[in-house]
Amino acid sequence: MMMNEGIKLSEDKGLKVNETNRIKDRLFKILQRNIVPIIFTITCLFGMMMANIPIPFLLTSIFTRIFRNSFMVLSLIIPVMAGMGLNFGIVLGAMAGQMALVAITHWEITGGLGLFVAFIITTPIALFFGWLAGIILNKARGREMITSLILGFFANGLYQLFFLYFMGTIIPIKNKTLMLSTGVGVRNTVDLKAIKYALDRAFTGIIDFNGWLKGIAEMIFGQITFMPYVPLATFLLIILLCLGLKFFTKTKMGQEFRSVGQNNHISEIMGINVEKTRILSVVISTVLAGWAQLIFLQNIGTLNTYGSHVQVGLFAVAALLIGGASVTRATIGQALLGTVLFHTLFIIAPLTGQVLLGDPQVGEYFRVFAAYGVIGVALGLHAWQKQREIRDKLKSD
Amino acid sequence: MRSNAISLINNIGYPRLIIASFLLLLLIMAFVLEMDMPDLFSSVLIRTAMNGILVLAMVPSIKAGLGPNFALPIGIVCGLVGAVVSIEMGYQGFAGFFSALAIAIPLAILAGIIYGYLLNKVKGQEMTVGTYAGFSIASGMCIFWLLAPLYSPKMIWPYGGAGLRVTITLDGIFDKVLNNFLSFEIFGMWVPTGLILFWIICSLLVKMFARSKTGLAMQAAGSNPGFARSSGINVNQTRIIGNTISTVLGAIGILVYAQSYGFLQLYTAPLFMAFPAVAAILIGGASINKATITHVFIGTFLFQSLLVVAMPVTNLIIQGNMAEIARIIIGNGMILYALTRSVGSE
Repeated sequence: MMMNEGIKLSEDKGLKVNETNRIKDRLFKILQRNIVPIIFTITCLFGMMMANIPIPFLLTSIFTRIFRNSFMVLSLIIPVMAGMGLNFGIVLGAMAGQMALVAITHWEITGGLGLFVAFIITTPIALFFGWLAGIILNKARGREMITSLILGFFANGLYQLFFLYFMGTIIPIKNKTLMLSTGVGVRNTVDLKAIKYALDRAFTGIIDFNGWLKGIAEMIFGQITFMPYVPLATFLLIILLCLGLKFFTKTKMGQEFRSVGQNNHISEIMGINVEKTRILSVVISTVLAGWAQLIFLQNIGTLNTYGSHVQVGLFAVAALLIGGASVTRATIGQALLGTVLFHTLFIIAPLTGQVLLGDPQVGEYFRVFAAYGVIGVALGLHAWQKQREIRDKLKSD
Repeated sequence: MRSNAISLINNIGYPRLIIASFLLLLLIMAFVLEMDMPDLFSSVLIRTAMNGILVLAMVPSIKAGLGPNFALPIGIVCGLVGAVVSIEMGYQGFAGFFSALAIAIPLAILAGIIYGYLLNKVKGQEMTVGTYAGFSIASGMCIFWLLAPLYSPKMIWPYGGAGLRVTITLDGIFDKVLNNFLSFEIFGMWVPTGLILFWIICSLLVKMFARSKTGLAMQAAGSNPGFARSSGINVNQTRIIGNTISTVLGAIGILVYAQSYGFLQLYTAPLFMAFPAVAAILIGGASINKATITHVFIGTFLFQSLLVVAMPVTNLIIQGNMAEIARIIIGNGMILYALTRSVGSE
């Protein structure tokens, strides 16, 4: 009897040790999987403390940037699901959006209607661009990412050719305010005053959303001195996209995308049209990116004709990866977290550089370095893992 | 006869044929528009030779099975460090150029070996990883240019401001030392003998290496890693060697480029320098897994002369600078074509 109890006791102890080990393992795994966002959070906190940045300023800027940029970052998720990797080709979508903005500026359609027309024009152009990009990426299986990057550069050349030499010559433009003084080529900056905040403040006269928010915040925190502005319509649109993406993964089509992402060959046998699915994923991503560029530019208020789209792919991809996503796995949460972290870094890096090294330029270079670096490291880690998997497979065979 | 013509076209390749005929058309236009032809030809010669070594850097990396070296900025940055240190030490003329080389090459060897180890971990994704490795090194070096402890008045801003200048004039340092070496004029055309000789010597060295035992092993490993491994070749090692030579050529290439251009471009300039070099060798007929010295010569000549001739011709016909746009479209279009054509290693 006594002995039995003794055994039982020691078994219990053993179980407990196992339990703690398992928790440790799990914690370690969570830590490992989220190492990138953790490092960036620490970097951001360190920078904030060093530079002693006033919280109101920081929060206001971060809020502005989240609503401006998260739609673009979210547009990257579907190609990742379909196994196409990070779609640097969203630059094409951004170009479609900018073409639409130039068009409505030319026709002088203003306000909410103008932006709405821009959304309508962007869609077919982005559909077409996305379809072309999809076909090209299908021909470069296994190196979609480098191909989409080069495709972005190539498209940028055609875009410049179109806007600098075809506008005003092949395509007659009546609205002279849009053109360079020679009459050929679109100006470097196009004023979008007519549609500035057309989406962000769409409901301003109807609902006092920010007033309510302030009321709620005051109920919780007591008297507050500032309140970051929340653009209601943009906010709703982003939520709608998140819900849409969530719903999409549950549909049959979403499952097909997943399966294509995991294994082309098996999906083919299962009767899924792999080529078509892959093209569709790029098309969806490009259209979303086109809309995202409209959301971005209606907030900024000026279109930099030859520059606004150039860095779109880099920044969106870097943000997604900083959120903890990888080449094969990206979630909505990672996209949103990444946007917050990346843009926090963007705001504080120059200020911290100023304090630590006496030069804001250092911080500016650092954030570009961090953007490129995080992409490089993420891509490298992905390739390394893949190589190890192949080696393990060979060994077990 | 007809099938012969078709096979000839296939041999030359459509892209090369199109670009060559476009170049011919531009040359005829330049002649009709009564441009200074000898001057144009000597510009073609200079531009081709000054870009040649950067393009040559693609050969060892493609031969070793790494694909075109998109991480060329790593080598370029090493070359630039060599140049600024040499200027800081006050060397001039040939001494300046060769001391820059002497500093840059060991740095490039070190960087090439380290980066080669990294590339061995990411087999199959060298191009994508390489592009971002190059980007991040080049942008990280921006911080170095800003904070480097270098104080030569030729390099820092004249009226205060931190760090080195964005472009450093090489006038009176080693501006055009190679170009002017043994140069002569023939039919009004100026021939930069030293520059061309240096390019040819480098090409011959690469060719000699390719014929050596190590070089042959490297090529075997590049074209069929499995077979090479079973015949006792250390594939990982040959890949590192290929990458190191490519990085060193990148460092030499930028110094040759800079001495001919007359300026040292720091900060973001190296960021996009790999792409024209990759485009050039692909235009020459290389693919992402096969390249020779001949591809370098033909490709650099076609690409650079197209740009040189296109600029004045289009400027006469259309307002504005079309050459930059032509460079972007042709260069990236060519890379895109190569990426989509040959099915990858998967």
